[in-house]
Amino acid sequence: MEYLSIVFEEIYKILFLLVPVLVSVAMIVWLDRRVWAFVQKRQGPNVVGPFGLLQSLADALKYIFKEMIIPSSSNKVIFILAPIVTMTLALIAWAVIPFGATKVLADINVGILYLFAVSSLGVYGIIMGGWASNSKYPFLGAIRSAAQMVSYEVSIGVIIINVLLCVGSLNLNDIVIAQQSMWFVVPLFPMFVIFFISALAETNRPPFDLPEAEAELVAGYQTEYSGMMYAMFWLGEYANILLMCAMGAILFLGGWLSPLEIFPFTLIPGAIWLILKILLLFFLFALVKAIVPRYRYDQLMRLGWKVFLPFSLIWVVLTASYLFYFNLLPVN
Amino acid sequence: MIAHSIFFYTFSIIAVVSAIMVTASKNTVHSVFFLILDFISISCLFIMIGAEFLGMIMLIVYVGAVAVLFLFVVMMLNVAQQKNQWFAAKDSSKHIPVGLIISTLIFVEIIIVIGGWKYKPEIFDINNSIGQTGLSNTHSLGQILYTDYIHIFQISGMILLVAMIGAIVLTFRQRAGVKKQSYIKQISRERAEGVEVLEIETNKGVRIDD
Repeated sequence: MEYLSIVFEEIYKILFLLVPVLVSVAMIVWLDRRVWAFVQKRQGPNVVGPFGLLQSLADALKYIFKEMIIPSSSNKVIFILAPIVTMTLALIAWAVIPFGATKVLADINVGILYLFAVSSLGVYGIIMGGWASNSKYPFLGAIRSAAQMVSYEVSIGVIIINVLLCVGSLNLNDIVIAQQSMWFVVPLFPMFVIFFISALAETNRPPFDLPEAEAELVAGYQTEYSGMMYAMFWLGEYANILLMCAMGAILFLGGWLSPLEIFPFTLIPGAIWLILKILLLFFLFALVKAIVPRYRYDQLMRLGWKVFLPFSLIWVVLTASYLFYFNLLPVN
Repeated sequence: MIAHSIFFYTFSIIAVVSAIMVTASKNTVHSVFFLILDFISISCLFIMIGAEFLGMIMLIVYVGAVAVLFLFVVMMLNVAQQKNQWFAAKDSSKHIPVGLIISTLIFVEIIIVIGGWKYKPEIFDINNSIGQTGLSNTHSLGQILYTDYIHIFQISGMILLVAMIGAIVLTFRQRAGVKKQSYIKQISRERAEGVEVLEIETNKGVRIDD
């Protein structure tokens, strides 16, 4: 009986986290389209519900009732597995995101490594989908995306090392608490910029959306998908984007800390601050989508390997030497 | 403890079955997917014995990078057909002795290591250096790797670097006549050298290509 009550309590907690995440993914799609439209002097979705807020729900309903077409020459098991993998990986990562000093589902020692591992597994959904479709465009899209995500993960890893040097712990809550005096965006500003751009590439957002470049590859790895499976890819993609924003907020913008520790700010709970920071980063993601043209593939690879990787490595050396010289290394 | 053993047996059965499926499945891409499943369940086992750092690094390095490149190569080269030809052809028996020798070697090595660890624990002095200091295993790994074993650690890094440079040198070839763009040239282009304003007489036109 004891086990059962623990299991139910955990399930209740998980649902309490996942349902808001899924709802906010739907809302974030609407926000993305609205921002994109406003930059281009359009209205965007504004018909369904107030300000078009319910547009994503209407879309989801449409996807649910559409026919799921499984191509006859595809590898059926992997074809169906691919969107499930994408969606699952995008959701399980939220387990370690701290919404407050104690408001976290799993407060594990290696939280940041877990986030990094899950985000590096995300490539499998895309590769599996592209390969199992057994058709030219999805395959090209999958190959492109695999190379791209592996390349940009390297620089994200090095950027995480920069932050960890200043914290001395892999726990996400420790990372947030270490920013109490100053958010890491101030001393590590160049790393924040590189993290932001690498996150764009990692989540296949414009200007790095070559895996699904509609002008060349129809829709890349999701060309053969339809109905609910397409919707799952789509939800997983946006959940991943939100996750990357949350990671940026925790690593550089102080997570659930309020900007100033004075009266009116401390009234607002930490979860709200974290959500506001995620929204700020997502707003930047949406702006970039609207204002930047797509990279060419060799330029993308050059940027990842020849610019970001050496620069962030040099920055690791700089950070380490600075901390060592002024005896600021967090040793315990 | 019951929950612990349930999880342990689940993960280890998945690991063993998927390891068998890696060699047994006909399709090479399926083999790689089973390999990934194997890696994931092994990293779950690592986490279960409290080595959470190793488990996560296993996920990041093997599943997140190495296996992706495996998949990449297997998909691009279409190895599936080659493998089938090997087993169908008569000279496939040539490969079996080599495989047997290598697997026997690995088996003997594992037996030696596990036997030594089981019956003569004092030859492995790692046990002494970790101790029960109450540190998280990331800290204790770091304290061993960067103090007692720093030279070995650095040398293994150097070997990997040399291997990487070697692979690049071996596959790199300079081809003549490849058109490349120079970013500096493109950015430093001025209006004066890019655009020319001409006075054109009516009905004469202008020749561009001389």
